[in-house]
Amino acid sequence: MPSGTQNNPWLISGFLLTVFVLGWHFFTMRPTFDARGMSEEQLQLMEFNGDIVRTSDGGYTWNPEKEKVKGVPGPLAVLEKARTELAEAFEKKGTNDHGIAYLVGYTVSRFAAGFLAASIVAIMLGILLGLNKVLFRAVNPYIQILKPISPLAWMPLLLYTVKDPKWTAVLVVFMAALWPTLATTAFGVNSLRKDYLHVAAILQLSWIKRLFKVILPGAAPTIVNGLRISFGSALVAVVPAEMLLGELGVGYLSWIEWNNLDIAGVIFAILVVGFVGVILDSGFNKLAGLVTYQE
Amino acid sequence: MAFLQVDHATKYFPNPSGEGEVCIFRDVTIKIEKGEFVTTIGHSGCGKSTLLNIIAGLETMSEGGVILNGREASGPGLDRMVVFQNFALMPWMTVFENIALAVRSAYPDWNREQVTAHVHKYIALVGLTGAENKRPGGMKQRVGLARAFSIEPKVLLLDEPFAQIDALTRGVIQEELIQMWNTSRNTVFMVTHDVDEAILLSDRIMLMTNGPEARIAEIVDVTVPRPRSRATIIEHPHYYRIRNHIIHFLVRHAKHEPSDEATPAEASVSVAPVEVNFEKESPRAQLTVL
Repeated sequence: MPSGTQNNPWLISGFLLTVFVLGWHFFTMRPTFDARGMSEEQLQLMEFNGDIVRTSDGGYTWNPEKEKVKGVPGPLAVLEKARTELAEAFEKKGTNDHGIAYLVGYTVSRFAAGFLAASIVAIMLGILLGLNKVLFRAVNPYIQILKPISPLAWMPLLLYTVKDPKWTAVLVVFMAALWPTLATTAFGVNSLRKDYLHVAAILQLSWIKRLFKVILPGAAPTIVNGLRISFGSALVAVVPAEMLLGELGVGYLSWIEWNNLDIAGVIFAILVVGFVGVILDSGFNKLAGLVTYQE
Repeated sequence: MAFLQVDHATKYFPNPSGEGEVCIFRDVTIKIEKGEFVTTIGHSGCGKSTLLNIIAGLETMSEGGVILNGREASGPGLDRMVVFQNFALMPWMTVFENIALAVRSAYPDWNREQVTAHVHKYIALVGLTGAENKRPGGMKQRVGLARAFSIEPKVLLLDEPFAQIDALTRGVIQEELIQMWNTSRNTVFMVTHDVDEAILLSDRIMLMTNGPEARIAEIVDVTVPRPRSRATIIEHPHYYRIRNHIIHFLVRHAKHEPSDEATPAEASVSVAPVEVNFEKESPRAQLTVL
């Protein structure tokens, strides 16, 4: 193998994609309708059932509407679906039929609101717990009980109390993003080198300066690790929250396409969810790069 | 009353093996005059760093008190600045920001220009002009010293400041420390393992016995006139006598058997430290050198 191939991951990526798409295409391909050996009565019955339709040249072909739910659609069908969806990305055709760009926007803003609110609360509480060992030990049992609860398990209760699916979805993201950041912030602040706090004490820094000049930047790398875990779990929670609450967004898109029995649309929605994850993740990594330091 | 006085300080730690408490040192009294450079040498575990942290106000003592300039000093403060063993510089700040943080705290009334000028003066003193906007990474020692001197504290507390530097760099930075101290003449209390470093820098050297129940057994006057440098100090006739005296003391106390001057019965009674001065040629000093 020439060294160029070994050093270029794009070639391998491209190769893997080609193999996957071709495999997908051949496994989902169905033979074209063959009317030979069938009586006129059989054909009429199939046409009556809607399995086949008459073509303009007098022959028969599989009914494309019924084909959609027979087996898994191939890559060409998904590509066709993607093209129509992207063409009307910025259109609003009805109260629940918004273009894909709007849906991505709704999901991203819902995610951002819940994640930011959870991060602020978790970092503030985490610093408090990290600085006070007694308080940490007092609160830790509750954190341990609340942490493993799936954020979706809160949903009925949240829906009942806030009575608004829009805010319920944001709160589900909030619950998903809260615990990892809280736990790692408390740990990061607690394991901050005591020397830094000693310097702050000798210099008689005010508590605001102590917080923003010493504690937060010192614990920042650990806090960012916690945010990263929160980020992942919030991203996982936002899609089913939209599905269950029927709030417009990419998770909702996936569910509504399933209700329409449009499997190509479901696959397209899955790809959009992945794409949104990549956008959010790269933005997050930029942020993380700003706060890390070398000892 | 001395400028800085540690008065009958005793420190107990909880016993790591279970119940009860261990006495780290007992009834330690230190008197340091203004502008004096005093060093404490002892084996690991004798509590010398604890003693330094107590003076800094970062740890509390079980009994006794610290008096600075006629007032009791409790809790940390800008008048007692510590140079930590690992320098404790904020790695997320630049050299300038690290020192400026200290200067702004020490002189809250100063405006931006005054702070900047002051920081640059001390950066220049340690020869770091041009590196203001770098992270302190490889020049922690110099930045740490500049930060400590920049707030012009009444007392400078050095906690094994050169222990983590290679021997060649250590010599260079020791001489820089001498130069800075010559201009500022701060009162300095240093803790170290390094006998040569102690003789080069100090006016007096306190020798601590091993813990538990450590105490200051001897105070050696460094009878080598200043200014000193690493090259010339070893030619002074007293240099090796002082050095041998201290090393004999440390070797004697490295063995964990009751020596003649640190029997538990004796230690529990307050015994004033023996003063050793080779100019006065006390008979006791001669005896220990031989």
